Amino acid sequence: MSQGESATPLGKVRGLGSAHEGGGHWLEERFTSVALLLLAFWLIFSLLMLPNFELATLKEWLGSAWGAIPMALFIITSFKHGLDGLKVSVDDYVHDEGNRIALHYLLNMLAIAGASVALFALAKIVFGPAAA
Amino acid sequence: MNSKAERPLSPHLTIWKWGPHMTVSILHRVTGGAITVAGLAVLAWWLVSIAGGEAAYADFAKVAQSPAGMIVLVGLTWAFWQHLFSGLRHLVLDTGAGYELKVNRFWAIMTLVGSLTATAITWYLLIGVGK
Repeated sequence: MSQGESATPLGKVRGLGSAHEGGGHWLEERFTSVALLLLAFWLIFSLLMLPNFELATLKEWLGSAWGAIPMALFIITSFKHGLDGLKVSVDDYVHDEGNRIALHYLLNMLAIAGASVALFALAKIVFGPAAA
Repeated sequence: MNSKAERPLSPHLTIWKWGPHMTVSILHRVTGGAITVAGLAVLAWWLVSIAGGEAAYADFAKVAQSPAGMIVLVGLTWAFWQHLFSGLRHLVLDTGAGYELKVNRFWAIMTLVGSLTATAITWYLLIGVGK
């Protein structure tokens, strides 16, 4: 993972930040933030454009490609970006190395589990029977 | 790493006079944490309830439209906009721009103005959709 030109010579040698790795994590957080900027605006505007919030309306919207594909991207990107942010907070405030790693494991599992639940629900909306 | 070693920590919080840039800085973390933990939980529950059908969705809608539910949703909307505007500011700061004292302070305040305004507009429009 490239650290870019911003890393100090000592930092390049050690490959250490507070996250104990290179600049890749930092760059990834920026990349997902820009993606979320677009996806979050899509979500807000989509909700505002709906005629109402009845179940049938939401199923029709999320069942279409224009609803399902950006929503899948939003789920994946938002859980990833949120996970990255929480990990940085843990790195900054949890000074015991064992606790730090344990919290990283826990956050990884919670994020993957949460995203999986959301994606399964979306798949059920898209591929399940039509609204009753 | 030995956590018991008394390494010096920056005493910035006890020395500097509190300012809008510091408020916005810590709010970026607080709002980011809130929309990750509470916001993504609401998102997942919302999708699960839509997938679950009429009864499940009615349960979600009932809680979402309760006074406590509305407070959480409006709070999350504000946290979202604050994190978004503050995040945009950070992307600019990442380029090395905007560190002059007055400029930095101005845009810190503008993220607060922007988030409050955007929250008001969002809910004005949402209530219009919800009827």
